[in-house]
Amino acid sequence: MMGCVVTWTNTKIAALVEPDRAHRKAYVDPDLFDLEMERIFERAWVYVGHESQVKNPGDYYLARIGRQPMMMTRDHNGEIHVLYNRCPHRGAQLCSARQGNAGRRIRCSYHAWMFNLDGSLENIPAIDGYDGTALTIDGEDFQVPKAERAANYRGFWFASLANEGISLEEHLGEARTGFDQLIDRAPGGETEVVGECFHMVQQSNWKIFLENQLDASHPGATHESTGVAAMTVERDMRKAGEEPPMAYGFLSDFARLGIDGWGKFGTVGHPHGHCTLEGYMGLRPDDPDTNEYVKCMYDAYGEERAEEILGVNLHHSLIYPCMSIQPPLQQLRTIRPISTDRTMSEIWHFRLKDAPEAIYQRALGYYYLVNSPSTMVNADDLFNWWKVQHGLESQGSDWVSFHRNAGFDVIDGALRKSPDGSMSEMPMRHMMHVWRDYMTGEVA
Amino acid sequence: MGKAAEKLAASDPFKVADISMETQLSVERFLHRQAEILDEKQWDAWLALFTEDGHYWMPAREDQTDGEGVPNIFWENLDMMEMRIRRNNHPQAHSQAPNNRLCHVVSNVIVEDEADNGDIIVRSRFHCAEYLRYEVRNFTGKYRHVLNKTDGGYKIQLERVDLVNREGPYEYVLQWWL
Repeated sequence: MMGCVVTWTNTKIAALVEPDRAHRKAYVDPDLFDLEMERIFERAWVYVGHESQVKNPGDYYLARIGRQPMMMTRDHNGEIHVLYNRCPHRGAQLCSARQGNAGRRIRCSYHAWMFNLDGSLENIPAIDGYDGTALTIDGEDFQVPKAERAANYRGFWFASLANEGISLEEHLGEARTGFDQLIDRAPGGETEVVGECFHMVQQSNWKIFLENQLDASHPGATHESTGVAAMTVERDMRKAGEEPPMAYGFLSDFARLGIDGWGKFGTVGHPHGHCTLEGYMGLRPDDPDTNEYVKCMYDAYGEERAEEILGVNLHHSLIYPCMSIQPPLQQLRTIRPISTDRTMSEIWHFRLKDAPEAIYQRALGYYYLVNSPSTMVNADDLFNWWKVQHGLESQGSDWVSFHRNAGFDVIDGALRKSPDGSMSEMPMRHMMHVWRDYMTGEVA
Repeated sequence: MGKAAEKLAASDPFKVADISMETQLSVERFLHRQAEILDEKQWDAWLALFTEDGHYWMPAREDQTDGEGVPNIFWENLDMMEMRIRRNNHPQAHSQAPNNRLCHVVSNVIVEDEADNGDIIVRSRFHCAEYLRYEVRNFTGKYRHVLNKTDGGYKIQLERVDLVNREGPYEYVLQWWL
């Protein structure tokens, strides 16, 4: 600031993160943002998309990894690839719609170079002009570049733009349960995206989104107005002899649990920055629709395995640095940082194969009420995040406080847990410590 | 599929019905009054515009034919509208404070169908500016209304709103209806 340029040495970066607080510059400094893209998003495993987004041969779907425009494609052998969205000729973007089907080949709009869906160069018009030059049809420089590494976990595709590092499975570790739940809770053993996702722009730093997700002391405060309104409508409907839709309960909970009622849901910090939230939102209410669903699960898996799947106590998985999965709500969100104060989010909704329609409808109710662009819930989150961003851009104070229950984490092997009954800010501290490790090269 | 959605899906979206000038004027007056109710935040009058089973619908995709059972930007019955009114008027609805100002213009009103009982399907275009926290956002798109003719005038059984930029991205769409 003030014309003084900070050279971000590892020592200076490490000093931004203390055991119970983080320095505001981590959220507002453009040079640090560039380093975050280089050292976290263009290196770690970042979510690209679900295989059902490119169902048919020729399909493509655009994604952004760090600052890099990428695309997921399905070739005519059914294989999925993650490519840079860039023609090796003069650099033009190859696909410009958000999604589509390229047909047999991707044709560059500039000079009609033709590529197979795996990125290999297939043909160039008037190719004899290249006779005797360094260009050959199979030369490495003339193929659409591939993400350095691409891998999927049960159909959820990730890419890493670093040549080496730990495998996707090792990166996800036990936090992969979120994906398992999103699939195993389907009696048909498969899940697929529903339609197009919602794209929402957050006017705030990407870390503020992650920090909000498992922040137990915010829902009762931030969402009080929606909670009270939903509770009133539920009451009025019951008075009139009607049963309110179960999804309204997702909102009235904000008022019912109040500001300090969220401590009963435990949080767990995993290696590599992932965090999970246990319980919440009636994972298994006792109502006819749920009971019919449980019966479908018994029929599909047998009672023992079905109970094992339904007994997993997981509401929310946060996969560092880029996504949130809420399996009981069949919802997945991924974030694409744009700048220090702009973050694009994709909000996806899934259908569980062979689950009763009512179960889908209930999850759809949540998707609508909490994450559609007309949401009354997320609107207040977005506004808070915007206000936080503006506050942190000021010089009023340098520090962001994560002191709630600091020093009282319960260590359980590789896991770090919040104390029972607390609304600990452990997840935020945990993620900032991992941030420091990535930024200073301590993460493999 | 709801009855009104079925009706709308079956109606030719380019048809121009042969109607009286009087019908044209009363449908236009209804649409203009609806816009005024939104701009002036007359919420009791807003709820009274809809039939008991009425829905306000903003689809997320152009090819949707029904709001039921699919992701939407808005899909609200009277209970949901009541909830939204209560929430937006709550003192802790902080993202909505200070309250926004809206200004709608509705035009290009073409009655698509007039049934024997006087029920109407009408399409039109709108533009709406929102002023919130010293900034203006603009929304524009197409309305299609399924109106029931009652003793108390027209009532909305279904209002379909297709935003021109329905795929976003936006920070969020309006907290009030457009």
